[in-house]
Amino acid sequence: MGSAGNGRLRQTLPPTPPIANGCRGFFDDSFQQGPRTAVIQAAIFYLFATVVVASGLMVILAKNPVHSVLWLILAFFNAAGLFLVIGAEFVAMILVIVYVGAVAVLFLFVVMMLDIDFTEMRAGFVRYLPFGMVLALILAVELVMVAGAWAFGDMVPEARMAPKPGVDAQLSNTQAIGTILYTDYVFIFQMAGMILLTAMIGAIVLTLRHRPGVKRQNVAAQNARTPASAVTITKPAIGAGVDTGAGVQPLIEKEGRS
Amino acid sequence: MVEFFQTYLGTGFGWFVAHLILILLIALPVMLCMALATWVDRKVWAAMMLRRGPNVVGPIGILQPFADGLKLFLKETIVPSGANKGVFFIAPIITFVLALVSWAVIPFDAGWVLADINVGMLFLFAVSSMGVYGIIMSGWASNSKYPFLGGLRSAAQMVSYEVSIGFVIVTVVLYASSFNLTDIVESQRGNIFGILNGHIFNPLLFPMAILFLISALAETNRPPFDLPEAESELVAGYQIEYSSMTFALFFLGEYMNILLMCALASILFLGGYLPPFDWAPLYFVPGLIWLFVKIVFMFFVFAWVKATVPRYRYDQLMRLGWKVFLPLSLFWVVLVSGWLVFTGHYSAPVAAPTVVTGGAA
Amino acid sequence: MSDLTDIGREYLPILLFFGVAIAFAGVFAGLPILVSNLVGTNKPYADKLTEYESGFPAFSSARGQFDVRFYLVSILFIIFDLEVAFLFPWAVSLAHMGPELYFAWGSMMLFLGVLTVGFIYEWKKGALDWE
Repeated sequence: MGSAGNGRLRQTLPPTPPIANGCRGFFDDSFQQGPRTAVIQAAIFYLFATVVVASGLMVILAKNPVHSVLWLILAFFNAAGLFLVIGAEFVAMILVIVYVGAVAVLFLFVVMMLDIDFTEMRAGFVRYLPFGMVLALILAVELVMVAGAWAFGDMVPEARMAPKPGVDAQLSNTQAIGTILYTDYVFIFQMAGMILLTAMIGAIVLTLRHRPGVKRQNVAAQNARTPASAVTITKPAIGAGVDTGAGVQPLIEKEGRS
Repeated sequence: MVEFFQTYLGTGFGWFVAHLILILLIALPVMLCMALATWVDRKVWAAMMLRRGPNVVGPIGILQPFADGLKLFLKETIVPSGANKGVFFIAPIITFVLALVSWAVIPFDAGWVLADINVGMLFLFAVSSMGVYGIIMSGWASNSKYPFLGGLRSAAQMVSYEVSIGFVIVTVVLYASSFNLTDIVESQRGNIFGILNGHIFNPLLFPMAILFLISALAETNRPPFDLPEAESELVAGYQIEYSSMTFALFFLGEYMNILLMCALASILFLGGYLPPFDWAPLYFVPGLIWLFVKIVFMFFVFAWVKATVPRYRYDQLMRLGWKVFLPLSLFWVVLVSGWLVFTGHYSAPVAAPTVVTGGAA
Repeated sequence: MSDLTDIGREYLPILLFFGVAIAFAGVFAGLPILVSNLVGTNKPYADKLTEYESGFPAFSSARGQFDVRFYLVSILFIIFDLEVAFLFPWAVSLAHMGPELYFAWGSMMLFLGVLTVGFIYEWKKGALDWE
């Protein structure tokens, strides 16, 4: 296994313990491959797969929507485990970082805020049941049609045999993705950038509301204040008072954007 | 060691026993260090306020954390009547488990790492991005107002600073060309004129080290970013309804996360298990000691900041995260990558891979 | 394919570590409950089990509506998180680009440039101000 094959770095390494089959260090590679390894791998696969399916079911069966999202997170997490079983470590980590760490947080925010009355929600269940069944049937037919029309491309069998595109065995999984994503697939990559830009603008257009009359801190203005601009020394005559309008600027400006 | 057990216990079971022992060899010292870290934290904090700190239980109060733990252990676990019981119990367990599991990929010395995975840095990033769940879930499950607000605040805060942590990681990874933590440490061996070890001595990366330290403070909810548990406004934030050991699990997880961030700062910027100077006699000191010294130093900095800096206001915190750190770290990614590309850092003798899509491997 | 199972195998210790950590957490959380039930310190009553509300009885549900800004923050976070996710493979593979190094660098700069346009838009719209 190519553990991060940067040839230049390797040369500067001190004499490390012998690298047996790619695993470094004192956790040596005596965990031999053999029938039992296959059994363990299968066991772990079925463990993750069962949890994914079970938590997927719980997503739709849970009565509380927050629990649904939590089951969904468990499903994501175990799907990442499935990726690890086949060795797709980068995809597994990105799945956790993006879906568990970011997307599910948004879901949880949205769902947590919904103040759902469950009795009211279930009240119309029987009345909407026929309509729901028809909808489900249409979706099922569509799924079958899509799956039936789907055929493997010419390249797929070979691509499945060579999950890593580079022939350089020194490349790790992540580097193998990197070497083609930014050069061979540059248009798709740039399109992803455009989609992200659209999402950014869309999110602002849809959710940004300014509250009127909010007091904001203008840090630059605060830092730019000097004693000369902030303090005026006066010596009022007895009983005359001070002219307050002199020299002192308000620190916080009121903004009234709509 | 693995071989030793495998000769006596068979390949599979020997592997299991050996790794179980290795895991306990990591987990137990980490938890012990975490207990002592609370004591060090209080001592440093007290010293900066000209107090004595804990000094009653044991010599110079060193047994105080264990006394606290025992006290919490014997307390009654209270579950509020309106709480969602399952989620209420899972939340502290998640915080604790994630904080502990992260240590699996930390290299304690050259080759001394439990799981030497290619994407160790990504693993840590993924685990820390999941840390937000313990807090949101506890805030929601308690069904109480202060925890709910604390959980929300904390989630938004952790999320805001995670982006800049990601960019900072990218700047370091650009130098190492690997996500393997051992490779990241090794890339710092003699990186400054062959004399100093550590990216912090690199003027291009020094600002990123500072930025990482501050973001780590925000990520671990430490002062001056302890808004989620600001005692003057939210009493104790998301932990209010927790008692006994469920509270202790949060406490343990929080301090282990702080130690983890210290370890990560040491690995990314201070040269990990390498001595600060690339000088042969210093290599006689084991790498574990160097890493430990660096973690203790970083922890001291964390305690120092806690003792000296007042708490941020929430809008100031968000402004710092989104308007200062995010653009700065993004710009730095461009700067560092441009510098490395145009000064020939990458034109070292690395064979250009011939890319064949779908070819036989 | 043996190459790939090797990678999966390196994660086995982490899986085991997860198991150990969950066991630790379960013992830590479960044992005090057991002890307090056996010893008799577990005496719940209605007032003890109400949620904390500065000493007042709670007068509204805790799970009310909250500021829409939290959504905006988390949506923007998803976008920037994806941006970081695209940077990760780029950062490790620049050393292996060979003659395409400058092209790969330029294509990432274009990507970052596009997203910087969005970032400037956000800033000017005031989406980054917390009110």
